[in-house]
Amino acid sequence: MKLFKTLLAATAVAAIAFTAPAHAETKRIALVVKALGIGFFEAAAKGAEEAAKELGDVEIIYTGPTDTTAEGQIEVINALIAQKVDAIAISANDQDALVPALKKAMQRGITVVSWDSGVAPEGRQLHLNPSSNPLIGNMIIKLAADNLPEGGDVAVLSASATATNQNIWIEEMNKVKGNYPGINVVGTVYGDDLADKSYREAQGLMQTYPDLKAIIAPTSVGIVAAAQAVTDAGKVGQVNVTGLGLPSEMAGHIKSGASKSFAIWNPIDLGYAATVLSYNLATGKAEAKPGAQIPMGRMGTLTLDDTNSGAMADPFVYDSSNIDQFKDIF
Amino acid sequence: MSGRIHISREVVLGGAMLVLLGLIATRFPAFVEPGNLANVFNDTAPLIILALGQMAVILTRCIDLSVAANLALTGMVAAMINTAMPDLPIPLILLVAVSLGVAMGLVNGLLVWRLSIPPIVVTLGTMTIYRGIIFLISDGRWINAHQMSDSFKAFPRQVLLGLPVLSWIGILAVIAIFILITRTPLGRAFYAVGGNPNAAQYAGINSGFTQCAAFVLSGALAGLTGYLWVARYAVAYVDIAGGFELDVVAACVIGGISIAGGAGSVAGAVLGALFLGIIKNALPVINISPFWQLAISGSAILIAVAVNVTQNRPKGRVILKKAEHAV
Repeated sequence: MKLFKTLLAATAVAAIAFTAPAHAETKRIALVVKALGIGFFEAAAKGAEEAAKELGDVEIIYTGPTDTTAEGQIEVINALIAQKVDAIAISANDQDALVPALKKAMQRGITVVSWDSGVAPEGRQLHLNPSSNPLIGNMIIKLAADNLPEGGDVAVLSASATATNQNIWIEEMNKVKGNYPGINVVGTVYGDDLADKSYREAQGLMQTYPDLKAIIAPTSVGIVAAAQAVTDAGKVGQVNVTGLGLPSEMAGHIKSGASKSFAIWNPIDLGYAATVLSYNLATGKAEAKPGAQIPMGRMGTLTLDDTNSGAMADPFVYDSSNIDQFKDIF
Repeated sequence: MSGRIHISREVVLGGAMLVLLGLIATRFPAFVEPGNLANVFNDTAPLIILALGQMAVILTRCIDLSVAANLALTGMVAAMINTAMPDLPIPLILLVAVSLGVAMGLVNGLLVWRLSIPPIVVTLGTMTIYRGIIFLISDGRWINAHQMSDSFKAFPRQVLLGLPVLSWIGILAVIAIFILITRTPLGRAFYAVGGNPNAAQYAGINSGFTQCAAFVLSGALAGLTGYLWVARYAVAYVDIAGGFELDVVAACVIGGISIAGGAGSVAGAVLGALFLGIIKNALPVINISPFWQLAISGSAILIAVAVNVTQNRPKGRVILKKAEHAV
């Protein structure tokens, strides 16, 4: 099996090598993903192609292992080094395991950036986060507020009480809730990322707060369970479920009206921004250093922090107008 | 003597439930409204159904830790079948779900019966295997509300005579298992094998076969619940009902089913499940810190076991004492 995979990877890379005419002027940017065949990354590749068209002199090499392993990615990286690509933009399967291979790439003059899932600072020039904790915290309450022009009670349905991500987002949300007058955050409950417990907690919220207008669930299990609980309680239109979720999982609940909108990163934008950033670094138009501001085309500019990482944008909002476009992607 | 212990045991549990409801009502009166209690029962129906199967297994001195994984795998298969063939009638899906559950229960049962592997080891293994199979067949992907047909999702929700179908299935399961346990030779064999396997053997009962039958029953009920669960929450993924097997075992233990086998009743299992169900449904509305919630659920189980142990202790000794006096 191992041998088979190696052969497969080698063949894939060989195929790329043969089909890629090495124009001296064309920058070849490799978009390396966690594994091939995942909708999210296929969408990111779409964004990368969009950026390539816009930039003109860029050729995208979309590649990755056949399963989500660091070993597979290391093989792919070594093959890309051998091909002398100009830049590698990678969503890593392992933060540390890829560092030696990527260091080798940088020593050969290849620009290395990580996006989505990061690499340790010594293994890349910059890291592109899809969003940042403050942006996410603001977005989840904004989603609730946008559908409540007259204000009202909203409650949070989180994952577990000890979940780091959710706790940070909720903390950031509470910091900015003063900017949304009339929105009254009445409580936070925990569904432990279990469908049944989240469902029960959502039911509990509707019972405890009869005037509840929205449930904010910054977790993909919670938001789906809450939407189902609202539907079953016959409160569609009365209680809006929002938060962070995936289009494929939320499509039905957007259609039923239980959720008017929700947010998550847009993989197309992410692939686009990663490509433009790689291009700007590879062509020397920008340099990755703490505090630098690097343009990323239609996505604005990326501001780097002390670890050379930056946040792309607000989470992207999905609603009935665009859900059909994205539900088959991820 | 043992009959009186059973009755008092269930009366105690029933009384504890009323006290619990009273306490909840002081903090959230709407909880004890009949409509809400019906919701609580409906929400607890899957736990009741699974506890009935688990009870049969525990009676025979075994334990089935694979019920939640069985539920999740059956649920995933049911959802995938529905996605592929949206027009397949629900009775057929139910049939597939129960058959698949039976097959998985049979695997457990045969390993315990034919290879004499300890049940806790067998079901720990199959639990992981069944979860792994879900991952393999689904590629880790979810099956979501919009991919399931409306009739598939509507079945457990349809209201008949004031109660949803899910509740009715729970009630039917209670009646069926009650008849099986109290009125059939197999039901008596469960008690006999668990109470004293040697004596059961001499009485002509095949204890391995009986244990296997208990696993098949537990599997069938888990399979049935698998479809109901996925349809109710309108989502299927690898981790659904994660850790639920412990709730099921806890419901049995609270209901006075002796972990040592041979003692317990259908009423006990149902009351144990309801007791847990009331706690689970009440905690969200009475505004208790999530950290305390876990401690409260755990304490309820420990107290129940403690009561169980103190109640069961005299049983064997009394007989010995009587024998002593007779000599």
